[in-house]
This record gives sequence, C-alpha cells and structure tokens, in this order.
Amino acid sequence: MIEDKPAERRCIAILVDNEAGALARVIGLFSGRGYNIDSLTVAEVDPEKHTSRITIVTQATPMIVEQIKAQLNRLVPVQSVVDMTTEYESVERELALVKVCCTGEKRVESLRLSEVFRAHVVDTTHESFVFELTGAPSKLDAFVNLMRPLGLVDVSRTGVVAIARGSEIM
Amino acid sequence: MPAATEKSGAQRLTGAQIVVQALLDNGVDTVFGYPGGAVLPIYDALFEHAELRHVLVRHEQGAVHAAEGYARSTGRPGIVLVTSGPGATNVVTGLADAMMDSIPIVCLTGQVATHLIGSDAFQEADTVGITRPCTKHNWLVKVAADLPRVLHEAFYVATSGRPGPVVVDIPKDIQFAEIDYFGPKNIEHRSYKPQVTGDPKKIEAAVDLMAGAKRPIFYTGGGVINSGPEASKLLRELVQLTGYPITSTLMGLGAYPASDPQWLGLVGMHGTYESNNAMHDCDVMINIGARFDDRVTGLLEAFSPESKKIHVDIDPSSINKNILVDIPIIGDCARVLGDLIKVWKRRKLTTDECAIQPWWTQIDKWRDRQCLKYKQSSTIIKPQYAIQRLYELTKDMDVYISTEVGQHQMWAAQHYKFEEPNRWMTSGGLGTMGYGLPAAVGIQIAHPDSLVIDIAGEASVLMTMQELSTAVQHDLPIKVFIINNQYMGMVRQWQEILHDRRYSHSYTEALPDFVKLAEAYGACGLRVEKPEDVDDVIKEMISVNRPVLVDCVVDKEENCFPMIPSGAAHNKMILSQEESPREMSEEGKVLV
Ligand SMILES: Cc1ncc(C[n+]2csc(CCOP(=O)(O)OP(=O)(O)O)c2C)c(N)n1
Ligand SMILES: [Mg+2]
Repeated sequence: MIEDKPAERRCIAILVDNEAGALARVIGLFSGRGYNIDSLTVAEVDPEKHTSRITIVTQATPMIVEQIKAQLNRLVPVQSVVDMTTEYESVERELALVKVCCTGEKRVESLRLSEVFRAHVVDTTHESFVFELTGAPSKLDAFVNLMRPLGLVDVSRTGVVAIARGSEIM
Repeated sequence: MPAATEKSGAQRLTGAQIVVQALLDNGVDTVFGYPGGAVLPIYDALFEHAELRHVLVRHEQGAVHAAEGYARSTGRPGIVLVTSGPGATNVVTGLADAMMDSIPIVCLTGQVATHLIGSDAFQEADTVGITRPCTKHNWLVKVAADLPRVLHEAFYVATSGRPGPVVVDIPKDIQFAEIDYFGPKNIEHRSYKPQVTGDPKKIEAAVDLMAGAKRPIFYTGGGVINSGPEASKLLRELVQLTGYPITSTLMGLGAYPASDPQWLGLVGMHGTYESNNAMHDCDVMINIGARFDDRVTGLLEAFSPESKKIHVDIDPSSINKNILVDIPIIGDCARVLGDLIKVWKRRKLTTDECAIQPWWTQIDKWRDRQCLKYKQSSTIIKPQYAIQRLYELTKDMDVYISTEVGQHQMWAAQHYKFEEPNRWMTSGGLGTMGYGLPAAVGIQIAHPDSLVIDIAGEASVLMTMQELSTAVQHDLPIKVFIINNQYMGMVRQWQEILHDRRYSHSYTEALPDFVKLAEAYGACGLRVEKPEDVDDVIKEMISVNRPVLVDCVVDKEENCFPMIPSGAAHNKMILSQEESPREMSEEGKVLV
C-alpha cells in the first residue's frame, strides 16, 4: 500500500500569478508538508501578464513528487506545475559567483582553471578574483571544489533554472 | 489579473459600504462577528442594513464554528467578520477546522491602515501570514479599487471545487476609501479552475470493476455532503442499483440513510465491526468523496490488502496521498455518481447475485457480533444509553445534531442514526473541542424552527461555553446535552490502554455546577443522574422553548468500543473491555 521507491532528485517548474504572497505560499507548502528544497529560484517572466516562474529542486519519492505537484496545483495563484526532470527533455543551468583570494602560484593556477571552465573574471584586485560561472550544478560543484585549496573565500549561487529542449513550452 | 468581466453599473461607495453590498449581492443573510477598532467602518455600514443579520458572538472562535454550523447545515457559505490583531488570531482555530473539513467560510478581518502595516501598530498582526496555511486562500487588500473583485473572488474560491475557508484582510483606510463598486457577475479566476467532471474513460473502467466485484463496498465521505443534496440522492440510487454494502466516514454520515439494510455503519477507529471487516476483506472498494484519513485506514500496510480501489475526489491532491488507488476519478461527487449510474444503466448491467450472496452472508456474520452492544446498568446512566434514548425520542423530529470532541462524539456517531445529509455537524479532521456549542448556534440561526442539539462532553463544552450567552441574546433554543463523565474521557481511555491507567491530568476536579451555570446565562439547566429519569429529562429539554443545558451524569469510566488501536489493521478490532490489550506496539503509540 505504501510506496517505498527511493527518493530522486527532481526539478520542478511552477508558473504563478505574480501577486503578494505567492512565493510565501509555495515555500510554506514545502516546509509545512515536510518536502525538502535543495534550491529555489524565482523571477517575473512576463511583466504584462504578471507571471513569475519558480524553479525548485527537491528530493522525493515518485509518490511524493506527485503529491508535491498536486498540492502546488491546489494553491490559487498557481497556473501550472511541471516536473522538468521527467516530463520533458530539459536543460538545467545555474550561475555562481566565486571569490578566490590568493597570490603567486595559486593565483596563476586559479586563473588557468577558470579558463578551462569557461568562467569569466568579473572583478579583480591584486589579491582576489571574482569568477562568474554558468553551467549544470555538477560543473559548478567541480569548479568550487577545485578552487578550495587555491584560496576560495566566498560563493554565491543562484540555484537551478530549467527549460524544455526543442520547441515545447510548459 | 482575474476579473469580474462585467461591470454591472458601477456605483460610488466607501470600502465599508462595498463590503456590505458585496455580502448582500452574494446572497448572504447572516454574519457572525465581533467588532473592534479596525472594523468600525464596516460595523457602521452594517448598522443601516437590517436585512443583513449580525450575530454577536462572545469569542471570535465561536463566530467561525457558528458559521461552520450554518454552512454545513445549509450548503451555503458561512460569513465571519472580526477585527484586526486579537480578533484575527482568535479565528485561527476555526479556520483550521473549516480547512480540514472542507467547509466554505468567508472570513473578513479588519487590518490597520495600509501605511501602518509593518510598524507593529496597535492591534496589528500579520493576518494573511498567520492564516495562510489554514485557509484555502487569503487576500490582503492593499489597493482600494481591488476590493469588489477580491470580495467576489473570495466567495467563488470558498464555495467552488473543494470548499474551504478564505480570509479577506481589509485595512481601515480601504474601508473609508471611495471607489466604484460592481456586482458579482461572471467571476472567474485566471489560475484557479477546479475540475468537476470525471474522465469518461475512467468512469467506464470504474463501472467495469464494480460490475465484476465479488466482495464490493462503498466507502463514502464528506465530499458527498459537500457536493450537495443531489449527490446524496444519486448515491442512494447507485447503491440500490448495485445492491452493494455501504459504509461512511464520520464526515459523511447522513448521505446514505442509516435505516437501510445495505448500510453497515461508521467506518474507522471507532467504526462498526462489520464496516471495518468488510473494508479489510473487500475485493473492490468504491471511495466516493472520502480521503483515506488515518482514522479510517489504521495501519497503512495492512489496509484492505486485496482490493482494487476506485477513488472519486474533487481534489487531485487527495489521490494517492495515503493509499495508492487503481482508478482515480477527479470530479464533483454528484457529477461522477450521475455518470456512473448512466453508464451502469446504459450497459444494462446487473449485480451478479450469486457472487454477492456469500459476501452478504459473511457481512451478516460480522453483524451478529453486535459490536455496539454495551452492558446496561440499572443504577448508573451509560453514555451509550443516554444517546440511544436521545435518538429514539427525537428521531421523528426535524432535528440537527452537532457534537464536541471525545468519546461522546464517537458514541453519537455510533448510536444516533441519520437519514439525511446536512443533519450531522462535527469536527472531524481537526477534532476541535469546543466546536459543537457555537456550531449549534449557527445551525439554529439557519433553521429557527428545528430542534438543534449539541451532544457535548463536559470538558469540551467549557472551551466555548460563553456562546450560550449568544444563544440567549438571539433567542436560539439550542439544546446542549452534556455527557458528563467528569473525565476527558477519550484521553482517559487512551491513558488506560497506552499508559497503564496513569490518568495524568485527564480528570477535571473543579467542574462548574452546569445547572446553575445555565441559569446564570439565562438559559434553562436540567440534571439527570438515574437511568429511569433519562426519558423525562430529554422530553423536558425538548419542550422548553429556550436554550437548555442538560447535565447528564454518566458512568465515569465507560470506554468507547469497538476500537482499532492505532497501528493495527482493520481486522484487529477490540470489541470490549475484556479484549483490551495491555500492551501496544511502539509504532502504534506514535500514531495516536
Ligand atoms: C482544543 C482541543 N484540545 C485538546 C484536545 C485533545 N482531546 C481530545 S478528546 C479530549 C477529551 C474531551 O473530553 P470531553 O469533552 O469531556 O469528552 P469525553 O471524551 O469525556 O466524552 C481531549 C482533551 C482536542 N481534541 N481539542
Ligand atoms: Mg468527559
């Protein structure tokens, strides 16, 4: 009667009316019902129609994923909910700003690695770099891990956004 | 933005006048409320409208329960009007209750002026923040021009789809602002569009499954009642057409007549032996408007292990939440029931009597256990006896029953038999002590000439007792029938079973004299202590055309059976004191 399939990573996209409290409703639903949030992004995507898109990465069993979708759909301002991981072939991207403080050999090595990762230097001083890097979350993880021994001091990440490949829209 | 598309001749009014006009235009005749600084303009507007009845309660929680009683007994939304801050926080329990039981409530709260929001102003509370998880939706009106649309939308959201409570928080400056008003025409919402018609393919598949059943059972719930009287009518038709047995959740009582031979009684933790065993052993379960609540399913792993399940629910999130089902049908109960009947008839299906006969024989064996039997006493009133007598003496009347929460509630569900929907008002999902008395107030307002009885526990009733004063003020002859066992009986029963009779703080040592209390409120107080006097006191209670409080002094330590201990399967019921376990699994203890 109870499903015991293991939890999986899912990326869920939610279109909502951009009205006061819409984000609070979505987040409150996750915390209130004990669903987890690995990352969350939100921004208005259609100013004319006042529509915002929220992207949440979660870990859940397939049965719970269905519950999450159904519960989200119950919220009045929610227009549509899509599991980008299973319902579409989708592209996922995340942006990171990574600050490294170092000099000498380490400074040279960090710059060299940033080129390998196609990161941009968006700010620099004699003893620091801020790199901007876009990619799949795993690529960002790898870059951050490589920077650690070279003087990583600060990381800021946007969380994942996703969109369907091809001409399909959600 | 969502819009009322047609402006039916815009009128210039203040926000407060618009509130009153919008209530009238949405068919409201009664408001349950309590005034305060942040709603004074609305109260001022009400002053001129005698056609809108305002029922002044004694505590805002009572306003919501009264509105729930009104809503559930009429099928129309219940309206609440309270002030900001403490007025708003006091409605939270009622809103949570209405949310759990899907009761349409439109609750209007006053708020401090928009420029003061966020400044910790006097009587400011983050009302939309606090009520967000216990409402279906809520609004803070920050722009005056939005007010008419929001009010009409509030009615639409509260009453459509799966009904529920909504809150509209209205700052004081918005109540004074002058704006254009338009009526509630063609209200629809951009994002919110409940699905009411079931998928025809699923309906065909459900009928196939039903027609081939050997051990079927209908398991119905509050969704049938919420769908309206038509759903109950269609349910009766379908159940008779098939000849299958039927049980119901606490919230669904009355949708099917209890006097019918196909009726098996209540299902779940304190449901009947026949219902629970039939649920466990069935091969096809037809769930109409119930939600596989844990009080019904018991141990999930052992819940009806061999059945194929059909689940009709208007809320997609109810599907596969607790129990995986084979045929989910999303839609309104009345529509889907109508479609099931149509398909059954079109395909000229008949019940396979040969297949069903052994099933009924088995059910009759379970019935022979007479699970609701109790040991009668000649010296002390048994609570079950009191409720049985109450039933016998009122069943032919135009009667509505509400309850508080506890053993008395379960005994009422077991022993009071309902023939019609909307006659039974109880707090199911939230289990709110203090629900019944104010609910009775709301019911009596809606049905002034009917007999309205709150079957109460002495502990519960003290939580909202002050609403007796409301009943006196508004000439509402409600009857509060207290099953007084001096204990929080349901708590004591669990302590007896789970905690080795360590009755920690479940005995109320200083109960009031309920007769004097009733008299102090200006109501009539009666007491009965002997079994032979029960009938006379009930008759007297009925004959008094004023609010009456009956202190029915019963056996203190009677337990409510049958019972499925938490964490057990349906076929592991305890039928009597003698069978009570002294041990319970660790898992079961957690589930209480
Ligand atoms: C507001 C609230 N607080 C606590 C509880 C937990 N509780 C459930 S039943 C019960 C005892 C009710 O006692 P009483 O009203 O005398 O009814 P009885 O069980 O004795 O019939 C309690 C405390 C509750 N359901 N609601
Ligand atoms: Mg009691």
